Amino acid sequence: MSKILSAVFIMAVVTYAIRVIPIAIFEKKIKSRFIKSFLLYTPFAVLGAMTFPGILYSTGNVYYSLAGTLAALILAYFEQGLLKVALGAVFTVSLCMVLLQ
Amino acid sequence: MAVKGGIPVWITILISLTNLTSAGQFAGAGLIIANASLMEITLSMFIINIRYLLMSLSLSQKITQEMPLKRRCLVAFGITDETFAVASLENNEIKFPFMLGLITSPYLGWALGTVMGSVTTSLLPDFLQSAMGIALYAMFIALIVPSAKKSKAAFWVTASAILISSAFKWLPYLNNLSGGWSIILAAVAASALGAILFPMEDEANE
Repeated sequence: MSKILSAVFIMAVVTYAIRVIPIAIFEKKIKSRFIKSFLLYTPFAVLGAMTFPGILYSTGNVYYSLAGTLAALILAYFEQGLLKVALGAVFTVSLCMVLLQ
Repeated sequence: MAVKGGIPVWITILISLTNLTSAGQFAGAGLIIANASLMEITLSMFIINIRYLLMSLSLSQKITQEMPLKRRCLVAFGITDETFAVASLENNEIKFPFMLGLITSPYLGWALGTVMGSVTTSLLPDFLQSAMGIALYAMFIALIVPSAKKSKAAFWVTASAILISSAFKWLPYLNNLSGGWSIILAAVAASALGAILFPMEDEANE
């Protein structure tokens, strides 16, 4: 039990340290144009890399996930809200599962 | 999941409250069940969480300069994929109350969800549980696409990040890399590419 507790403690420390160090150190605004541009684009880069190809493996069936991805892309293209896009994707995947299995 | 593997319910709740990261929780619980060494657990947690280093750095430039250290440390606790997605795409400078609101409600939901998840077995039919896996990714799409439509730079940065992360997933040799590293490498490369090809205009634009 004490080993489990120390494992949980270590997990918490590592998880937190990674998040707190950059935000605590870089208090001043960075001046370099390159770094500013770089950081301006990181949200898109991180979200893009996190979403794809991960999304294809999110439901257990690559083809159904692909259908859900397309549904999400179409809904997002027409600027629907977060919840609508998510429900649309879940609905599409569920439909594939029910109809094709 | 953790309860099935023999971890007491209260420990799973403790993990949820102290480790605000889903992939990290899963991996951590898995490693504990597999009786991994503390060293292995530390290293895995570092690799899985490495992308948050980038997110935290990006947010450090976005939050108001006057935010005191104490509050920065508090905000840091709540950096997750989801809160980063919302905060980083916010157009204005980020103030403390905004971040606090953004973090608190998912945190409560997260903790409550774990309690319900550990205590009751799942009530949803299996197919719906699997289908729900896509929900978070779909929300990311909902966040990116509108910006990628408006800005050529955002579009190409996203596209190259996707291309690079796909390469790490499917190309031989490259696919030996863990998911955490491939995300950070893809993100760093794509952001650098964006910064070179589409450098920011002057201050007025920010």
